[in-house]
Order: sequence, then structure tokens, then C-alpha cells
Amino acid sequence: MMMLPEIGHYALILAMMFALALAVLPMVGYLQRNAILLVTAKPLTYLMATLTCTSFVILAIAFAQDDFSILYVSQHSNSLLPIWYKISAVWGGHEGSLLLWITILCIWAATLAYKSDSLPNSTGPVVLSVLGIVATGFLAFILFTSSPFIRLLPDTPADGVDLNPLLQDIGLIVHPPMLYMGYVGFSVAFAFAIAALITGNLNASWARWARPWTNVSWAFLTLGIALGSWWAYYELGWGGWWFWDPVENASLMPWLAGTALIHSLAVAEKRGVFKSWTVLLAIFTFSLSLLGTFLVRSGVLTSVHAFAADPTRGVFILALLVLIIGSSLLLYALRASQVKSQVSFGLTGRESWLLINNILLTILTLTVLLGTLYPLIFDALNLGKISVGAPYFNAVFSPIALLLIVFMGIAPLSKWHNTKGALLWRASALPAVLAVSLSAFVFTFHSFDWYMWLSFAIALWLFFMCVRDWLDKVLSKRQSIWTRARKLPRHYYGMQLAHLGVAVSLVGVIFVSLNSTEAVVRMAPGERVMVGDYEFEFLGTRHVEGPNYTADTAVINVYQDGQSVAQMLPQKRLYQARRQMMTEAALNPGFTRDLYISLGEPLDNGAWGVRIYIKSFVRWIWLGGILMMAGGLLAAWDKRYRRKTGA
Amino acid sequence: MKKLLFFIPLIAFIALGVVFYQQLGKDTEYMPSALVGQPMPEFKLVDMASDSVVSNEAMPDEPYLLNFWATWCPSCSAEHAYLGELAEQGVNIVGIDYKDETPAAKQWLVERGNPYSLVLLDEMGKFGVDMGITGAPETFVVSATGKILYRHQGVVNEEVWQTLKEYM
Repeated sequence: MMMLPEIGHYALILAMMFALALAVLPMVGYLQRNAILLVTAKPLTYLMATLTCTSFVILAIAFAQDDFSILYVSQHSNSLLPIWYKISAVWGGHEGSLLLWITILCIWAATLAYKSDSLPNSTGPVVLSVLGIVATGFLAFILFTSSPFIRLLPDTPADGVDLNPLLQDIGLIVHPPMLYMGYVGFSVAFAFAIAALITGNLNASWARWARPWTNVSWAFLTLGIALGSWWAYYELGWGGWWFWDPVENASLMPWLAGTALIHSLAVAEKRGVFKSWTVLLAIFTFSLSLLGTFLVRSGVLTSVHAFAADPTRGVFILALLVLIIGSSLLLYALRASQVKSQVSFGLTGRESWLLINNILLTILTLTVLLGTLYPLIFDALNLGKISVGAPYFNAVFSPIALLLIVFMGIAPLSKWHNTKGALLWRASALPAVLAVSLSAFVFTFHSFDWYMWLSFAIALWLFFMCVRDWLDKVLSKRQSIWTRARKLPRHYYGMQLAHLGVAVSLVGVIFVSLNSTEAVVRMAPGERVMVGDYEFEFLGTRHVEGPNYTADTAVINVYQDGQSVAQMLPQKRLYQARRQMMTEAALNPGFTRDLYISLGEPLDNGAWGVRIYIKSFVRWIWLGGILMMAGGLLAAWDKRYRRKTGA
Repeated sequence: MKKLLFFIPLIAFIALGVVFYQQLGKDTEYMPSALVGQPMPEFKLVDMASDSVVSNEAMPDEPYLLNFWATWCPSCSAEHAYLGELAEQGVNIVGIDYKDETPAAKQWLVERGNPYSLVLLDEMGKFGVDMGITGAPETFVVSATGKILYRHQGVVNEEVWQTLKEYM
């Protein structure tokens, strides 16, 4: 099938045509009250999705078959590359990443189309049409500036340049799809919000429909970020788990805004307040997803993820950004001002707590946004060039985040409208005392650091408050715990799980910075070194041939109290196609600690520079992420979203 | 009046868009320096190898690269291997260990190899201020007569070297 890439390209062009039709026809149908045009939304969505997926599959086939006549394949693959990396190389570069982006958008749109029968007659088509507008823009972006199907004919290279070795890794196979599922998933909430603005139905119903979609996207984004952090941890070779890199920030911002959105959607649905704010937040969240795509793809910021940056692409995507975000904000400015909320709420009502949640999360988002864009703005005003690094983020971000977590403990106990102050005091006194004293107790084993002590107390506080709230709900004289526990709705357990996840991650973050040990040593064969409670014995190195690399593998035995714990094999790899050296760290994961060894440079007489880390509780950071994700999914699967709503 | 409030997000976004537009296509690693064309500022720094104070006279009398680095800087470890390659090709590189701890820096050079013909310690970062750097790594091309010819911010790699080479 020599023609396959052309078919892929053609499918993409057709997909754009259908996307354009989807963007226009149902919208006109809505404005002219034309039922025939409205019903085109579903079939057009399916066609667009099928064609985009076809195109994606064809690109994957081209990679699997080593079709180096395609420029993109030849730049990101190599015949020696293992098959799973060939598949993941599809999104190893700019063009393929975008194709993945748009494919995921189409999958979301198709899923929404499939489920749209439960929506009122005109809402479904308008929502799909909004997604059609976004899809048209991105498909045009791919076709006009970054087609992955460009051929290198007749001078087809004999072999490809290979995938960047940093990306040859399991973490990078799954990280981008998960991240994009999240990013792009927020487009659904966005489309609901825009549809609500267009139709003028800014009542609680749009919030209700958007909630499960937002939860699922948020869950994917959480997992995507956790995977990215995990990958950076073991692959970049210096054991850090978060770098405040612009690209990481680009994924964190929609996550923070999305977290705020989840909570404000709940208030909008249940109480009918925060209506116009929630719409703005939905626009804001998706805008940040788009902004993230722009920042990563346009090269306006430097980053460890330095992908190919191309100014013409930058202009195109900026224009797209301005068009989509600008027109949404304009629509918002014109329509949202007409909304009025009649419901009032008291100072201690759950609305107030969630308002605090929203304010703090928005501040956090803006903090990250400011830190990420500050160098750009500074330069644009000709004030010179600066860079904003981890110190800024740690100093500004963490206190606000901790404050947020304090409130996170209280809010679930509060009642809608108004809560008795005395009730909150009674409920939170014991957990607060317990948390503070237990944290102090733990720090008797450690050098005291008041900020860490406070952080740990806050993590414990959140944990105790979650447990306390659950006990309050299940303990009863009349029924057994299990009967009552089973009766609690899934969205409640989802919330609890996600909140516990935050506590777990926080514990990980605290202990990894507090209790980790690090040693940089020179080790000759046969030498032993003590790091923390562990003894490391360097047996020597051996030469290893991988599929597309050669490597020196160091053999290191680890003992604790004379007992063998593990044999660890860190590697120094040389990838042949790119002549690139890579440090492959060896990990011995554990529930309370990770042993982490990365190999430095070879020294004389078979000795090596070796970097040994013992990372306390580092797994907890990602475990918390998994809990949050599970919580998000559980909440989305709540029974009440299954019921059909009459139009 | 209240209606105008709803336009604030739009206005903020447009302002941001203008900033983005101006930034597009700018080379984010190119940092012009007011020192280009000027002689290198006077300095007195400790030489790591001899542990003695040296000044401008100690600098090579051929064109060389002046590389600011530190053990706390991840990008420095990324560029270190390439600096080693350049040194092997006979490029003279002088290292300024910037705001760093000396034992750690020595250890780093033992472990990863030493591409520098001379390593000077700028523990307080004063020389860095004189040279107008904003962080590490930064690399200058300096002529045989001690004149600063070019400044690069960020990692030195094959591509950057092609530019630097033209000034050597």
C-alpha cells in the first residue's frame, strides 16, 4: 500500500470539511430554528471523528512499517526502534502530537454525540457545533502548517533519525495521551458553557450536564501530570519530581483551573449561584489548555522540553487562540452580564467555603501563569531578560496551596446555605489537636522545621477531617456501619478519595524534601559505601547491547543491616542513531522509600562516579495522584448522571 | 458600569495576545550583552587548581570560551559532556564556577571530566554581576586580547557551537 499516507492526508482534509460543516450547519439551524440542520450535528460529528481516527491509524501504520519516505517518520523513528516505541513515536514530535490532540478531541466529540440524546433538543447540536469550531481550527492548523504526511520523494532515506532517547520510555508512551485526554476533555465543559451563552439558558442545567465530563477530563489530566512527574523523576537522572518548567506549568494551570471548575460547577448546579463565574471558569480552563498547547508548540518560552519551534506555526496557533478565546470572552462579556442570581447564602454555608476554594485556586493558577509568562512580559516591555525559577514558585505557591488544604478539611462538613458555627468548631477541634500534636511527635525524631511541621500537620488535619466526616455519616444507632456506608452516593466517595489523595501527595512532598539523603561518590569495583541505612557495594560494570543502543551497566548490591535488599543496575547508554548519551537510573521502589542510583562518568581503573539517592515517601506523591484520579472517575460515574433528563 | 466588568477578561486576554505576538520568532537563547566589543572587566578570582588568586593576566592568549557553570544547575550537567567534546577538539574553555560550593564543584569535575583549561571560583557571584549574567549556564566568546565577542545564554550544543565558532 504505497498510497496509504496520501489516503491519510486525504482523510484529514475531508475531516476538516466535515468539521467546518459541523461548525456552521447546526449553528445556523439553531439561529433559524431549522430542525433539519440541527439533526446534522450527530452524523457530521461521527464522520469527522471516523476520518480523523483513520488518519491517525494510518500514521501509526506508517511508523510500524518503517515508511521513511514520510518526512515525519524518518525524523522520529528508526528501523531498530522496538515496535512499542515506534507506535509511541507517532506523538514523539510536533505534527504527530497535534494529530493526537485532534484525534482525542474527535473521540470526545463522538462520545458526546453518542450521549447527547439525553440533552434537550437544541443544546446537543449547539454543543457539538462549538466543538466543530475548535476542531476546524486545529485541523486547519495541521493541514496548513504541520502535516505529518509530507513525503520525502524520491530521495527516501535508508533509515530514520531515531526517536529522541529521552522519549524512548514507557512513561512517555502513556503520558501524552493521558495529558491530552485531560486538556482536550475540558473542551466539552467549554462547549457546554459557550452553548449556554449562545442559547441564553444560563440556568443550572448546563452545569449538571458538564459535570461528569469535567470530572473525567480532570481525572485524565491528573493522571497525565502524575505520569509526567514520574517520568521526569526516573528518566532525567537527578531524582527531582517537579521542576516548574514552563511545559509542566502549562499542564498544571488547566489542572488548577479545572479543579476550581469542578467545585464551582457543583455550586452552580446545586444552588444556582456563581452562574456567570462558572461560565467564565469553563472558558478560562479550556483557554489555559489552549495556551499550554501554544506555549509548548510555538517556542516562545525555553524549556527542557524544547521541541522544534517554528515561528510560522506560532503565528497560526496564536491567531487560532485569539479567535477561539477572544470570541468566547467577547460572547461572555455581552451575555453573562444579563445573568442574575437570586439565591443568597450565609457566611458559613458551603457556598462560602467553595467560594474560598475558587478564589484560592484562581490565585494559584494566576500565580503560575504570572511566573510562567513574566519573562515574556518583562522582555516585551523592553525591561530586559529574566528567568523565573523554582524559588519564586515555592515561595508563593506553597503557602497558598497549604491554606487551600486547610479549608479543604472544613468544607465537606459544612451545609448548603448556612452552617452553625458551633457545629464546625465541635467537628474540627479534635482533628486539629490530633494533627498538630501528632505532627509535633513525628518531628521529635527530626530536626525541627516549623514550615514542614505545619505542612505535615495540615496533611494530617485533612486526613482526620475526611475520616471524621465519613464516620459522622455512617455511625448510627439504628443501622450498621456497612449498610449506611453503602448508601452513601458515589460522588461522595469520589470527593473523599480525591481529598485523601491530596493529603497523601502532600505527605510525599514533605518527606521527600525533608528526609531524603543523597551522596555523590567515586566507586571502584569491590568498594562499599554507606548512605543512610543502606550499604551499596559496587561490583563493576559490564557491557550490554540494547536494540538501538549500547550501554555500560553497573552492578550494585544493596544491603541493609547485612541483609541483601536488591541488586541495582544503573546504565549509561549510547544511542547509536543520534550519538546521544543517556543516563538510565536504577530504581528500587518501596512504599516508604525509593533507592535511586544514577551513573556518572567513568573514571580511571574501572571506577565510576555514582550518584545515590534515598528518597523518602516519594511514591506517595504519585499514589496521591492516582487516588485523585480515581476520585474524579468515581464521582463522574455517580448514578444520578445516568438518569435521562426530559427536554 | 457593572457591565464593563465583564469585559475585563477579554481586555486582559487581548493584552496578553499582543505580548505573545511580539515574542514570536524571537530567539529566546540570544541575549545581547552591553559588554560585546568591550574588554573583559577586571577581576581577582581564586584558581581552583592552585588555590591562589589570579587576575586578567592569567587568561589564555588565544580566543577562548568563558563558561559560567555550577553544580546546582541542571542545564550545566546537560551541556557538560558537549563541553568535553569541544575541549577534546582543542577549544580552550575557561570555567567560572558560579555561586557554588568548592568541594562539590571539585567532585563534579572528577566525576564528569574537566573540560576547562582553567577553573576560577566566583563564590559570591560578583564576577557574574560584572559580566552581567542572569544565571547559569552562560558562555562568552573572548578574543586573544581579552575582548568580549559574543554572549550565549543557555546550554551549548552542536548547533550553538556553530554560531560561537564564527566568533572565535
